[in-house]
Amino acid sequence: MSKTLTVRYFAAFRERAGIDEETISLAANTTRDVFDLLKTRHRSSEPLRHCKVAINDEMADWDTPVNDGDTILLFPPVAGG
Amino acid sequence: MMQLTEKVIRPDELRSRLTDPGAGAYASFEGWIRNQNEGQAVLRLEYESYEPLAVKEGERVIEEAAVKFPILKAECVHRVGMLEIGECAVWVGVSSPHRDEAFEACRYIIDQVKVRLPIWKKEHYVDGNSGWVNCERCASHGEVA
Repeated sequence: MSKTLTVRYFAAFRERAGIDEETISLAANTTRDVFDLLKTRHRSSEPLRHCKVAINDEMADWDTPVNDGDTILLFPPVAGG
Repeated sequence: MMQLTEKVIRPDELRSRLTDPGAGAYASFEGWIRNQNEGQAVLRLEYESYEPLAVKEGERVIEEAAVKFPILKAECVHRVGMLEIGECAVWVGVSSPHRDEAFEACRYIIDQVKVRLPIWKKEHYVDGNSGWVNCERCASHGEVA
């Protein structure tokens, strides 16, 4: 079943997508589904294993279920320091 | 405490946050902007963060360090925005009764901060190109051509 999600992009992902965020309807059960669907949509080649995800400002993992109305934050590979 | 700032980091001022009558040791780490990376001449670095989660995750790292090592106080400050060569990008300070745990906790905090916090850096190269560090084919992401 499709869920309406707000997705926020950061750094390299924002530049790739050309937008800060979008609200879209996706047939996704987990964060991994969201990543895979948006990777295709925005033609990104970044492997999931290098990336991180958060839901509603809490760090999540790639098996975390997503719910209608969630805000998904997609983080490309981090590089602090 | 974990803090992000757009202002110049001044370690000499920050170290006073770590003073404690029980402290016999203070260890710190500073990360500086260098002028080259992987063979490319770097002009400046641009840091971006998602502050709410960077602070939350940084606080978690500092709490973990305090559980793992018998320290008294620990702090971390990370710069965001555009930084020039030689500037301090990150500072970690730890005070403790003895030096071993100060060194170890400081090392733990900087290592975790680098791999866990939602902070990204974009290198701006002397040749006019730019690239996000750690991304696939990062050097080609911001190509002018």
